[in-house]
Amino acid sequence: MDKSNVRIDDFETRRQHLKDLSDEALKTYFWKLTDQSVEPLISLAKTHTSPSIERSVLLRMGFSSIEAKTIVDQTIEHHLMGKGAGHCVYKYSLLTKKSIRKAGLSLLRGEGWQDVMSSFGVEK
Amino acid sequence: MKPNEKLDIRYILKDLENYAPRRHGWTWRIPSPNFSAHGYVYSDLSEPLKNSVALPASKYFSGIDPQPIQVITTEIASGRFEDDIRRMRMAAWHGADHIMVIRTAGQSHFDSLIEGTPQGVGGVPISRKQVRAQRKALDLIEDEVGRPINYHSYVSGVAGPEIAVMFAEEGVNGAHQDPQYNVLYRNINMIRSFIDAAESKKIMSHAKILQIDGAHNANATAKEAWKVMPELLVQHGINCRFSEAAGMSNELIALSTVPPTASPAPDLKINLPYAVALRDFFNRYKMRAQMNTKYMESSTREATVTHVLNMMISKLTSADIQSTITPDEGRNVPWHMYNVEACDTAKQTLVGLDGLKDLVSVRTDGYMKDKVREIKERAVLFLEELLEKGGYFEAVEKGFFIDSGIYPERNGDGIIRKIHGGIGANTVYERDEDYFAPVPAHFGYNNVAQYGLKVTDNPAILIHGSTFEDRSKIQYIDELDNEDNVYVRMDQTEKYRQGNILKPEVEWMGDGTVVVDLTLPIDVRHAEAAAIEIGLKMNLKNVEVIHREVLHVSEATRIQIKGQFDMDIDISKLKLAKLPDTLSDEEIREFIKDHPIKIVAGTVGEDEHSVGLREIIDIKHGGIEKYGIMAEYLGTSVPTQKLVDAAIETNANAILMSTIISHDEIHYKNMKKVVDYAIEKGVRDKLIIIAGGTQVTPDIALEQGVDAGFGRGTKGKDVASFIVKKMREMKK
Repeated sequence: MDKSNVRIDDFETRRQHLKDLSDEALKTYFWKLTDQSVEPLISLAKTHTSPSIERSVLLRMGFSSIEAKTIVDQTIEHHLMGKGAGHCVYKYSLLTKKSIRKAGLSLLRGEGWQDVMSSFGVEK
Repeated sequence: MKPNEKLDIRYILKDLENYAPRRHGWTWRIPSPNFSAHGYVYSDLSEPLKNSVALPASKYFSGIDPQPIQVITTEIASGRFEDDIRRMRMAAWHGADHIMVIRTAGQSHFDSLIEGTPQGVGGVPISRKQVRAQRKALDLIEDEVGRPINYHSYVSGVAGPEIAVMFAEEGVNGAHQDPQYNVLYRNINMIRSFIDAAESKKIMSHAKILQIDGAHNANATAKEAWKVMPELLVQHGINCRFSEAAGMSNELIALSTVPPTASPAPDLKINLPYAVALRDFFNRYKMRAQMNTKYMESSTREATVTHVLNMMISKLTSADIQSTITPDEGRNVPWHMYNVEACDTAKQTLVGLDGLKDLVSVRTDGYMKDKVREIKERAVLFLEELLEKGGYFEAVEKGFFIDSGIYPERNGDGIIRKIHGGIGANTVYERDEDYFAPVPAHFGYNNVAQYGLKVTDNPAILIHGSTFEDRSKIQYIDELDNEDNVYVRMDQTEKYRQGNILKPEVEWMGDGTVVVDLTLPIDVRHAEAAAIEIGLKMNLKNVEVIHREVLHVSEATRIQIKGQFDMDIDISKLKLAKLPDTLSDEEIREFIKDHPIKIVAGTVGEDEHSVGLREIIDIKHGGIEKYGIMAEYLGTSVPTQKLVDAAIETNANAILMSTIISHDEIHYKNMKKVVDYAIEKGVRDKLIIIAGGTQVTPDIALEQGVDAGFGRGTKGKDVASFIVKKMREMKK
């Protein structure tokens, strides 16, 4: 047990600044604090992605779960997650004029990553 | 599908690759204001079902089956989804319209979608094929019962967004989604969990999937469940606001709320102020009233009482969805009959409490006012300190959550997770300026401008549509494992599926599990050992004690054992009880017109039951009077001799003796007494003697010398038919 995390119930002392708030004001304050707590979490989500998110993008693009997993693993290997795994497939289909599915299956087999990297201006 | 035919699971599995869900999104029940039935006017019901099984007592109320306004949830996940489908049909007939499928142990940590149909442990591996099969089956079942059924599972773990996509594609209607669940109970990295969650929620919103949060788990986990009340408000708040920020409408957000404590604690005194405080703060959202599982033991009776008290709170406050917990959950993965019992408990209670708010109101002064306010203030103080410590992640790292102290009290036993620890730590990537994803329902930064699109455009136009617009693009995987799949399992139990061979079952076709309920006049330790011995002597296999209850420390113990009955029953060789052979109403009336019939009736012995016999006699219950039979009703506790004397005195054709109390076979002994006395009086040949009662077995009644015995469920018509037929015979 972590002693620094132990505290007796000091509700009466702590609540002094709340006790005169109306019920409505207390509720508004609760939601204001909640929004403040959530704000950094949602900002993080806006600016980041993850293997699962990218696999979910590939599913929506028409790949199976097994295909999506391999393509995302390769995207990570080629340091292209910042671009998006779906983006890599889209980019490769533009470069090769292949359909999305064919482009993705090529990448899945390990083909074309150099071209994708170059087109993004990413060094090997 | 016909009610008298079994669901063909092989038909469900056929052609699944071409199945498309017929609707997306959640469905609420349709209110039926002032619904009336059997002369009652109800206040808060929904439209009735086309096919259902009514409560047992409904036969006294012309068979009505009123349906509450709340969507009723049942959790069905035995590990074999093919057998769960049959249970879903049972539950739907008992009023469930929200079927929740628990995932197999470990799926949260599975870093992809599961494919195929492997068997699960404590739940079902959620795969596209399994979801598709169950949704397809529910389409048939909902047509049969006449009410849409919501299908539900979980969007959590390290593959949340992918599962959300699959659910959106497959027409799943509801899902649990709460990143805090990942963090606290599955030790999945918190950064990863929240980033994934935003995407999952965006996808769920797109498919109008109703979201249920995970806060109820705090209650089930905390050492002193009710003390987490302030924190529960905080957890609900974070998930609600995070969901809205991710694009979810408040109409799709439901709180999973549990009454935190249970009797023998003063249940309502703790749970009611909490429920009011929660609904005051969260009135913009839906309420899914979960039941208390924290204190569930092996007594199904005790669990049922807790759940009834929980529904009292639902009715006193509000609930849009009423969850049910099977009363056997404290001792095994739920069995068929307990899902049905739980649905019936919910229906019975909610209908019984119909219009409660028109009858009583929850006080807003005194104790209630003070307690409600206190819970809210404690929650606000929690949030203040959470922010002071640097935010949600820091607070989790410092063990703020699931502490057994009532905040601001802290006992230092909260769950601690490290910001950069847990499964999936360091697996998130910052999006570059040219990050792009050509799909709809994608949350966060997406540089669509680089391809000439506006932010309001669906980026999928660049790829000629995603699976959300064109489901032919979905890649369907059937099976990956040649051994562990539904076809192998079904082949193994095929003989039971053909309809000729039968075995008892609690969860899986042919599992053979039976329960034996024993009262042993000895202390609990000896009773347990004896019960196992009894089970073995009954030829049961794998005998286990599943419940023990002290009736008295030395006088007696109640033990329930389970075991496998490992023999097959050949259905074609069964000797079926004869169906009552009744005449038509006209035929009976016609006979009576020419041959007036008089009967004397009464409940014999020291027995005050009158309802059953009155139903057989009274014209208003469709009894024998309606055919013109004259009945002399002598009342209850009638001496056996008096019944015969009265028959002689009034020159009656028949005696109807009712006998309910069956202790020590007294019901059969009384039959014999009546017969013997009629013989003694020399009237046996002229008098038809009929015995009836809930515990009467017709064949055993005949052995006592009566002309007929009628058991449970007998109608006036059965008795009238018998009298007429017997009189015809006697006249020959």
